[in-house]
Amino acid sequence: MTDVAIVGTGHSKFGNRTDVNLQELTWEAVKQALEESNLDQKDIDTFVVGNAGGWSSESLSAIVIGEYCNLAPKGTMRVEAACATGSAALRIAYQAIKAGEAKIAMVIGVEQMHQSPNPVAVEMMGRAGNYFWEFENFGLTFPGYYALYATRRMAKFGMKEEDLGQIAIKNHYYGSFNPYAMFQKQIKMDEYIKSRVVAYPLKIYDACPITDGAAALILASEEVAKKITDSPVWIVSQGFKSGTANLSKRDDFISIDVARLAAEEAYKKAKVDFDEAWKYFDVAEAHDCFTIAEIMAYEDLGFAKRGEGHLLAREEQTYVGGRIPVNVDGGLKAKGHPIGATGVSMAVSITRQLLHRAAKGTQADIKKGMGIAHNVGGTGHYAYVTIFSLKKPSA
Amino acid sequence: MGITEIRERQFNEIDKKVLEQIDLLIKNSKMPIMRDLKTNNPLWVDVRELTQRFMIPIGRIYKFFDQLSKGKIIGTKCPKCGSIYFPPQDDCTKCRVSGLDVIELSGEGELLTYTVITVKPVSFMHYQDYIVGIARLKEGINILAWVNEKLEDIQVGMKVKVNVVRREPEGYFTYELRKV
Ligand SMILES: [Zn+2]
Repeated sequence: MTDVAIVGTGHSKFGNRTDVNLQELTWEAVKQALEESNLDQKDIDTFVVGNAGGWSSESLSAIVIGEYCNLAPKGTMRVEAACATGSAALRIAYQAIKAGEAKIAMVIGVEQMHQSPNPVAVEMMGRAGNYFWEFENFGLTFPGYYALYATRRMAKFGMKEEDLGQIAIKNHYYGSFNPYAMFQKQIKMDEYIKSRVVAYPLKIYDACPITDGAAALILASEEVAKKITDSPVWIVSQGFKSGTANLSKRDDFISIDVARLAAEEAYKKAKVDFDEAWKYFDVAEAHDCFTIAEIMAYEDLGFAKRGEGHLLAREEQTYVGGRIPVNVDGGLKAKGHPIGATGVSMAVSITRQLLHRAAKGTQADIKKGMGIAHNVGGTGHYAYVTIFSLKKPSA
Repeated sequence: MGITEIRERQFNEIDKKVLEQIDLLIKNSKMPIMRDLKTNNPLWVDVRELTQRFMIPIGRIYKFFDQLSKGKIIGTKCPKCGSIYFPPQDDCTKCRVSGLDVIELSGEGELLTYTVITVKPVSFMHYQDYIVGIARLKEGINILAWVNEKLEDIQVGMKVKVNVVRREPEGYFTYELRKV
């Protein structure tokens, strides 16, 4: 089976994008990816749209986008995997090329959450757990779900509020250098500590914002990729797993089990040793919808031992120059988290990092030529872990 | 206060203001167009409204609600493999057996974790800030519910009991966690 390469990337400015509608926002990313790869819409065999939906007025988003971006009549679909929607869209396009059904495929991720008023957005996200037993009856919010993990870990591992604050400070620091990030302002520990509680112990500065944004990737088969570019970034492997809808059906509240399983699957194919995983990668994107999620990601990816993720943050080991730079594009926390676009945005960031094209002040040292993206949907409903490399996987 | 009154109060607080604003916009600019406060970008305010109220089938687990109204919390148990289910379900999908046995739960357990919801969803706005916890019961299953205690009295690991209560102000039966 052919290897699959990323040959083009596109990324809109993330933020409160009231200046454009959904399809105009998408076009910003699509246009950039086409220009970067020097391809025309007619070269694209299929396009997959990652859009969790429900936030904006257009319910058949793939079609509206295909029409506007001049991609019709190529075959398409809308893909949903909650906050991992973008990675799921990537998977479909990757598989289409692997299977020989397409030579060039476009992955589009987009969400325009600001079309819904804020209170409705809070309501919609809360409903994304187990609707009947956890929302209808007990009104859990999205920060609430992750707060349950944070409380447990504080009681069990002696994790402190300040450890969570370290994540927020780091991600805002890098976000300040990323021209595409929603927040470009650095924050200090006292601002973090003083920020308003949304779901104890999580505060406003523990949470990613409600964001509009789009990202795009162009994938190609080995044969085509070599003709298009002399700097392809290869997709080595992807692990994907699913968890429970009921949060109460999780075993213990210290780890996102599905993310660990997805990492193990991806590592097996890429021949990465879980216990020393950080040694294989130059840079990582971890799903930091909340600061606590990034801490758990360190452990679920094998970058830190179980119960020690917050120590990695405390020692600032995830800055550029540390053990492993994580979310040096600002992460979901500062870059923003437009649900359907997030997974695609992560892939764009890793690709640009590996090609030394990251924004000034955010570029990691590329020595091993490998990067990784960890994208969790819901509160551990879905997990996708994708490994990228400058080296062809089957070589 | 019943559902009608609660809905009306929320409707008055939120929806009515929006509708009045749309009327004003149309009166002023002849179209439902407003300006974004921060950026001055023009925004079309949807004049069509979508409200949804789902009808969720509960026939297969009706016995849970029947018992709840009598003050009891039940789970279901597979007669073949002994698996206990909570929330209750009538199919053991592990061994493909249906029509599971009903078991009354001890309701006794230990608090695994909790949070306080301070930024609430619209449909929960009429409640005070509430504490949500997850407890592990003796039977080895977890249960998620509001913890009806003062925040300073709550600790991870404390002994708790599941109580059947009326959800006020609406007045319907539900369950909560209390400190033992
Ligand atoms: Zn069974």
